[in-house]
Amino acid sequence: MARSRVQLKDHFSETRLFFSRVVWMVLLVGALTAITVTRLFYLQVADHHHYSTLSNDNRVKLIAVPPTRGLIFDRNGVLLAENRPDYRLEVTPEQVDDMDALIADLRRLVEVGDDDVRRFQVHLRRKHAFEGVPLRFHLSDEEVATLAVARHRLPGVNIVARLNRHYTLGGTLSHVVGYVGRIDERDLRSLDPTDYRATTHIGKIGIEKFYEDALHGRVGHQQVETNAQGRILRTLEEQPPQPGKHLYLSLDARLQRIAEEALGEFRGAVVAIEPNSGEVLAMVSKPGYDPNAFVNGISRTAYQALQGSHDQPLFNRALLGQYPPGSTIKPFMALAGLAYGESHSGHTQYCPGYYQLPGEARRYRDWKRGGHGRVDLDQAITQSCDVYFYDLARNLTIDRMHAFLAQFGFGERTGIDLHSERPGLLPSREWKRSQRGQVWFPGETLIAGIGQGYTLSTPLQLAVTTASLGTRGLRVRPRLLHAIQDPTDGSREPLVPVFLEPVGGLSEQQWDYVLEAMEHVVYGKRGTAAKLRDLPVRVAGKTGTAQVFGLAQDAEYDAEEIEERLRDHALFIAYAPADAPRIALAVVVENGGSGGSVAAPIAGRILQAFFDTIEGRP
Amino acid sequence: MKLADRYDLGAQGSAAPLTGWLARLHLDAALLLGLLALAGGGLVILYSASGEDLDEVARQGARFAVAFVAMVVLAQVSPQTLRRWTPRLFLAGLLLLIAVLVMGEIGKGAQRWLDLGVIRFQPSELMKLAVPMMVAWHLAESPLPPRALRLLASALLIVVPAALVAKQPDLGTALLIASSGFFALFLAGLPWRLLAGFAAAAAAFVWPAWEFLLHQYQRERVHTFFNPERDPLGAGYHIIQSKIAVGSGGVYGKGWLNGTQSQLDFLPERHTDFIFAVFSEEFGLIGALLLLAVYLYVVLRGLYIALQAQDTFSRLLAGSLSLTFFVYVFVNTGMVVGLLPVVGLPLPLISYGGTSMVTVMAGFGILMSIHTHRKLLSP
Repeated sequence: MARSRVQLKDHFSETRLFFSRVVWMVLLVGALTAITVTRLFYLQVADHHHYSTLSNDNRVKLIAVPPTRGLIFDRNGVLLAENRPDYRLEVTPEQVDDMDALIADLRRLVEVGDDDVRRFQVHLRRKHAFEGVPLRFHLSDEEVATLAVARHRLPGVNIVARLNRHYTLGGTLSHVVGYVGRIDERDLRSLDPTDYRATTHIGKIGIEKFYEDALHGRVGHQQVETNAQGRILRTLEEQPPQPGKHLYLSLDARLQRIAEEALGEFRGAVVAIEPNSGEVLAMVSKPGYDPNAFVNGISRTAYQALQGSHDQPLFNRALLGQYPPGSTIKPFMALAGLAYGESHSGHTQYCPGYYQLPGEARRYRDWKRGGHGRVDLDQAITQSCDVYFYDLARNLTIDRMHAFLAQFGFGERTGIDLHSERPGLLPSREWKRSQRGQVWFPGETLIAGIGQGYTLSTPLQLAVTTASLGTRGLRVRPRLLHAIQDPTDGSREPLVPVFLEPVGGLSEQQWDYVLEAMEHVVYGKRGTAAKLRDLPVRVAGKTGTAQVFGLAQDAEYDAEEIEERLRDHALFIAYAPADAPRIALAVVVENGGSGGSVAAPIAGRILQAFFDTIEGRP
Repeated sequence: MKLADRYDLGAQGSAAPLTGWLARLHLDAALLLGLLALAGGGLVILYSASGEDLDEVARQGARFAVAFVAMVVLAQVSPQTLRRWTPRLFLAGLLLLIAVLVMGEIGKGAQRWLDLGVIRFQPSELMKLAVPMMVAWHLAESPLPPRALRLLASALLIVVPAALVAKQPDLGTALLIASSGFFALFLAGLPWRLLAGFAAAAAAFVWPAWEFLLHQYQRERVHTFFNPERDPLGAGYHIIQSKIAVGSGGVYGKGWLNGTQSQLDFLPERHTDFIFAVFSEEFGLIGALLLLAVYLYVVLRGLYIALQAQDTFSRLLAGSLSLTFFVYVFVNTGMVVGLLPVVGLPLPLISYGGTSMVTVMAGFGILMSIHTHRKLLSP
């Protein structure tokens, strides 16, 4: 009985003990649950915004869509730079059951090398199963067709096109149109990173570089939802890219090609412009190079071959080549003489074949050993008499020569729409003092008077100044861009010519006199460019033969080459028709010899083609 | 106390035919309601977490059916019978654990399974039930609170199987086994002084355990837990993505099937250990609180059953099983919300997977048996 009572008591106390322990545990459960709930509140309410952002960052990706680069045409709509699809064969692994069988299948259809397969296998391991892995690049049209036909039985096989810049005329336009290349470190410093997010190529030189902004267009964006592996599930928002503008150049591809052919194997440059608008009709620098080689990266050896060549194919002679203008300066000198009254129609000079400054023993030689005899200004131009111009220069003085020639734009950049144009050089006392630290010597005036000595001019500058002769002092900034076209609505916006301060201080009679003399160069009895007589229109021109000096004493030149490279540069400037010029041009043939016999016929062929076939027949 | 028992519906039956029927099957209607709610909610969220895979939902449903049968079967076994079989069950479990370890040594690598030819069986799952049963059995042998020697023996009954499981290595299950034994011990009246002593000893044990007991990958997990950004694409990825899922759910959630973290694969293990993150992302704070409330309801119902139990063995066992269930929930949700390190414990009754579900439901079968096999004592 007592024992039972004890047990009962025990039972009661045990129950109480257990009850209190359960209460403790309920408290613990409550406390731990409260912690969890607090944490949930903290995550889902207090920090909800933060995690919501992270969640969206996870799934929403902004994909930049590159704009299509604008095309480049010539003035007649001939395509010069296009975006050519480059097809490649891709395989999406997740859609393929038996990869080896598929590759074997594909090898029966198109050529797939062992190297291709090896590279494919490497890529295969690195990419997600839903991403296309390239197997073959640069498929030909036939291969694309073959695959397209067989595609229905080849699941997972895709033909992917990527646009590649292609220059249809290759080297003919390399120096004008230039090329695009892969964006490099230097480009990255100057470009807008947002706009170029998806762009791989950028204009490196030429028109491609100068009009990069217009050609590039504006980047587009796609907001997509992706899963954790990066597979795109759907597009949330889209802002399509704005394609780049099409450019219509003032160039005529036919004239360009004819000019290129006319230069033949010579190194040199031809620039032809439309005198009233400044539109450049042709701009050739020979030799050229294939710009297509640069688009996706040129090989080191190929680049070194171009860079190291003595012919300097990468050098744009038309824009950067600075040559002594030689006798082509004489019409300008003649105008200066008339303007300052140092010469007139009745004024003559006896040419014994040399000229001497009073009190000086040195003889300044005429190109014609025996001399031209007594010549007036007209004959001095027609026969290109140096002695007449030595005397004229002496009377004009270098100061007045500089002031007058500067009006035409000698010694300064023409402002054409290409980068890194050189200004040439129009010497003056001022220039010599500041650049050379020396005083001007009277003899240098004589040399400058026949376009030698310090005087330098680019072929472009010669063409532009020649145009100003033909238009009697009109000055217009030369331009390669003819019109800009918006690809979305097709509207074409032509460019207006930019006129500069015209050449003044000359009467019509004075102009007539000199310009007629330039016609006599071609049609006169003793004209130096008589070879152009048979052209369908009347041509006015002036030959030039520039002495080459200061040639680098480079041991690498062999004797024959030195001899060839010491030969005079042949120059010729012309405009036609003489009464109302529609074309003005300058031809510079490096080491070509005589302007009349080498440069003038080249100009003749170009003019012949221009008036025979091109003019009036776009 | 005893008078109150008499009016307990579960024990006495009722006029309602369903309740009466449940009583005859020894099932507790209140507990069953909570369990069915959890399982139902689990299937709903699994449909979303599995990427709307009905097959997977059906498989989980089938698994729940099996677990349900296990529960019903165990509910029929009276606590007395259970108590009688406890030592043998425990011994068998212990031997199987050793067998698994030995085979693991041979197989070189983690080994939790015992292949019985027909079915694969995890002895550690058996121990989740056998350990609290054994501790309760041992403590019920003498009046409470237990004496020192009994406590020491109980401690051995807990530590040995827990250590064997930890060696597999399965830290999550070892934790559950240890805590189930500890709960039995605590409910039996483990002196507070000893508890404080244990806590101190455990604190002192942390460093050697860290250095010598934990595997490198377990240490990694703890490192990652304290600083998930240390390795955002590797070990920290789970925690970071899980927190983003929960946090971005906000108060109302993104809606069923609309959780971007889960639907777009950013959340790893989303239909197993991290399913609570999917739930919180899609149903928000409101949904998560509701789910926790149901869990809490089940735990409290279990503790109520323990309070109602008539003998020490039943009491301790019922209390331990209920609290262990809570540990499951707390550790899993704590891991998902970044409160606790990543321990491979599923969210009970909701995470996709079979073995633990059967064990959990079997435990509830025992709880129901305890509640429905009470004898009415005359006053």
